[in-house]
Amino acid sequence: MAKMNLLQAINNALDIAMTNHRNVYSFGEDTGAFGGVFRATSGLTAKYGRDRNFNTPLVEQGILGFANGLASQGSYAVAEIQFGDYIFPAFDQIVNESAKFRYRSGNEFNVGGLTIRTPYGGGIAGGHYHSQSPEAYFAHTPGLKIVMPRNPYMAKGLLLSAIFDPNPVLFMEPKRLYRASVGEVPEEEYRLEIGKADIVKEGKDITVLAWGAQVEMAEKAAEMAAKDGIDCEVIDLVSILPWDIDTVAASVQKTGRLVVTQEAPLTNGFASEIAASIQERCFLYLESPIARVCGLDTPYPLCHEKEYFVDHLKVYEAIKASMSY
Amino acid sequence: MAKDTKHQLDIVTKASFLDARALNIPMLQILKEDGTLHKGVDAPDLDQDTALKIFRTMQFIRILDERMIAAQRQGRISFYLSSLGEEAASIGSAAALDSRDMIMGQYREQGALAYRGFSIEEFMNQLFSNERDLGKGRQMPVHYGCARLNFMTIASPLATQIPQATGYAYGQKMDQSGTCTICYFGEGAASEGDFHAGLNMAAVFKVPVIFFCRNNGYAISTPSQGEQYAGDGIAPRGVAYGMKTIRVDGNDVLAVYHATQLARKLAVEHNEPVLIEGMSYRMAGHSTSDDPTGYRTREEEAGWRSKDPVARFQKWLVSKGWLDNDDAESHYAEQKALVLDALKAAETIAVPHVDEIIEDVYDTPPAQLKQQLEQLKAHIRKYPEAYPKTASRLDEER
Repeated sequence: MAKMNLLQAINNALDIAMTNHRNVYSFGEDTGAFGGVFRATSGLTAKYGRDRNFNTPLVEQGILGFANGLASQGSYAVAEIQFGDYIFPAFDQIVNESAKFRYRSGNEFNVGGLTIRTPYGGGIAGGHYHSQSPEAYFAHTPGLKIVMPRNPYMAKGLLLSAIFDPNPVLFMEPKRLYRASVGEVPEEEYRLEIGKADIVKEGKDITVLAWGAQVEMAEKAAEMAAKDGIDCEVIDLVSILPWDIDTVAASVQKTGRLVVTQEAPLTNGFASEIAASIQERCFLYLESPIARVCGLDTPYPLCHEKEYFVDHLKVYEAIKASMSY
Repeated sequence: MAKDTKHQLDIVTKASFLDARALNIPMLQILKEDGTLHKGVDAPDLDQDTALKIFRTMQFIRILDERMIAAQRQGRISFYLSSLGEEAASIGSAAALDSRDMIMGQYREQGALAYRGFSIEEFMNQLFSNERDLGKGRQMPVHYGCARLNFMTIASPLATQIPQATGYAYGQKMDQSGTCTICYFGEGAASEGDFHAGLNMAAVFKVPVIFFCRNNGYAISTPSQGEQYAGDGIAPRGVAYGMKTIRVDGNDVLAVYHATQLARKLAVEHNEPVLIEGMSYRMAGHSTSDDPTGYRTREEEAGWRSKDPVARFQKWLVSKGWLDNDDAESHYAEQKALVLDALKAAETIAVPHVDEIIEDVYDTPPAQLKQQLEQLKAHIRKYPEAYPKTASRLDEER
């Protein structure tokens, strides 16, 4: 075990993947010898050479097009998009190409070796284009997997799974926690299951569901609620696509209440998919309406970030409202 | 002249702007329209067997295109894209490659696939979306793909394959495979952002890829000159990206073959990407959903008939003593009969089992998807007459 922050855990996962497999390639804007604007790829060029960890020209659609081609050739392509906010130029390559590659060819070809790493999320004074949480855009895309870790341990195990998963995986890194989240991480290779939710804290009164950096808000809110005598079950969804409906439904059938919280805007956010599905599965168990605690339906603001941010107080209020419904 | 050493620029002190004429890119032509070689020009390194294989493939594609356009008109298939007039571009270039080289196409390169050995039956199975289609009937007609023949499955979104070809070639270079990738696209697709991305990255990364642009004058109804671009076609862009570039007569199979041979050498031996612009003309409509009389004249089309790549090549083969006109005719008739037989056979083969609807979305179907399939099958059982292609086969042993 070693103490690592979330960035170090990601760097460590890339290092292990590149050591163990000759044809793992890591690339993106400024990810070469410089090591990336967040330092996630630092040291990799020195260790593996500039053929395996390198800079690309500044063109997101090119990064993903290149990555699709490299993965279809049989390599493991780990592409970085500098900010999730800038993934949209590559939307076509991801949605029309990566996600449909295996299906449309009848499994003649696939891009299973593709992993897209991108920092996401707010709370860092990033304004419109350094704060977004675009997971719901991609959650509407059959063929893609989406993973969002909440801490260094999860990040390393899930990234190693993502790289070697036989499907294209969008791996979204909570940049607010890059250095803030520190924890014990095994030094050797290990993998965590994609598609499996993680029960962070067991409870019996209400289920509080979150993913990525937002799990921290759910935990804090649960601690506050505990002082009021409310026993929250906190679940980290971990994987957005495919998502672990069984774990969430079992929890809601036990507690009878559900609060889903996400950083992204409310309308058509992934919380909506969860609310609809759980309502279908758990209709007879629900004691109160499913609550969605989300960002406002506005672009991500700068001066009002504190107001916009889905903090623990907003989640706490939703828990209390649900309990007293 | 002074020097800016950081950028290694020559300094001038008088302002002058360059225009499109700064690069005057000529067109390589070896075989004239009358089927004879230009004076003093040697034919490329092409043996008789290869030459005849190219010609037979051209004939086959003519038959296939003509027959399947008719089949679409009769409502037997839903859609078709002809490559009439452009056979030399795809077949001549494919012939200059190694069979291990990857081909990534747009959708008008069925000739390259036929040259690789895709069978008549395989073409038909894809066009009829039957259960023997390698693509499992999921894509529109003419979206072929075949791993065995190193022909990447075609997809409708234009130009997406261009940066993919760069990535594929990067893997080939790293694996020291001694192979390259050829990537075909039209001049319209070259306006997409992915063209810029793919070519720039290929030049920067120095990968073994041949970009082959079929400049056939039209993107559906949009004429290339003046409405698709204002410059001198596609070729000058390759130079600007720092890439070896050549423009060839796309209706001259000898020029196409020769240029591709040289390009492959540059790609494989020196890891240099190459751009080839083949100038041609789309003789047919864009697709069976298009009527070109709405945007161009019959006179214009007729002007290109004299440049026909197949007739031109045939004359040369005959003059070489490699082909007899009667043989060519009888071979054409034989092929035509085979195509018709294959068409009739393919249309009687069932569509894939409905269970295939959820396969290959991922490597294995997730639980939610299996559940959706069960719901669908229960529904089909309830209304079998509404789903005649699959209802009777739900319980089939698979």
